[in-house]
Amino acid sequence: MAKFGRKDKNKMPGVNTSSLPDIVFMVLFFFMVTTSMRTTEIKVTVRLPEASEAVKLDRKDLTSYIYIGTPILSMQAQYGNDVQIQLNDSYKTVSDIGDFIASARESMSESDRQLMTTALRVDEYARMGTVTDVKQELRRCYALKIMYSARKPH
Amino acid sequence: MEINSSSMADIAFLLLTYFLMTTTMDQHSGLRRQLPPPVTGEVENQQINERNIIIVRINSLDRLFAGGQPMDVSMLKDKIKEFLLNPNDDPSLPEKKMTYIEGFGDYPVSSGVISLQNDRSTTYKAYIEVQNEIVKAINEIRDDFSVRNWGLPYSRLDEERQRIVRDAIPQQISEAEPKDVTGGR
Repeated sequence: MAKFGRKDKNKMPGVNTSSLPDIVFMVLFFFMVTTSMRTTEIKVTVRLPEASEAVKLDRKDLTSYIYIGTPILSMQAQYGNDVQIQLNDSYKTVSDIGDFIASARESMSESDRQLMTTALRVDEYARMGTVTDVKQELRRCYALKIMYSARKPH
Repeated sequence: MEINSSSMADIAFLLLTYFLMTTTMDQHSGLRRQLPPPVTGEVENQQINERNIIIVRINSLDRLFAGGQPMDVSMLKDKIKEFLLNPNDDPSLPEKKMTYIEGFGDYPVSSGVISLQNDRSTTYKAYIEVQNEIVKAINEIRDDFSVRNWGLPYSRLDEERQRIVRDAIPQQISEAEPKDVTGGR
């Protein structure tokens, strides 16, 4: 007991933790505001290639995404591990891109339609054949602004 | 009577952890390109002077050829810079056309076009790597130009001056119509 008593004499005052909830709430609101809930479930594995000259995408709301890669593990039993094209929530073929672009255009206002960008999120080991087919189809539907998604190396 | 708020911190922490876990911090970045409009009717063979075009080709084994000679990706940037700048007015490299640029004056703009060709079985990784080197070469030329004129790199110029730089050093990359450059499927 004597030991404790001695310690109590020159004890440092404890840190006041009453402001902790406020700080935590502040951080919480930051994450709530910045978080973007993913609307589509990605069903292909995409590891983006690196590109040091990559620029930021400025209007996320005017961008539609095309994912190209091998199916994720849980889908491989059904679809094998050939490269698939994913539009919205399911695997599609090149011929479905026209409809996909048309419906994406539909949902935008008249003035925003020229600014529509299609981001190609392609796995780095996918072959260019698939990408070229997609590009040709995009040209056919006049979706000419594209973005090759890439990671910026750290 | 006051509500005991000591559990508030715990609740907040719980929510915080939830958002920390679900948040996707993936930055959306990439290389921008403008595709050419679809070809209607017959394919007209655009006559481009041979000196104004450099063919960058990636074959099915991801090997790179630029201007007919095999090379490593790391050498491509200098090759493209030499091609676009043509400092000694070499007759085998692209010609420069005096063009009037609004807000700047006359500037010899290179008419060089980089034609990028790939095989169907080229990997996307190799393709992006090459695209990136070409963009890097153009960005460096643009930076040189803007530092020479205004003492600032391209990214720090205002909108109007960036347009001048873009007009003076255009990014002319042609992604060729698909064809099997190495034959076979």
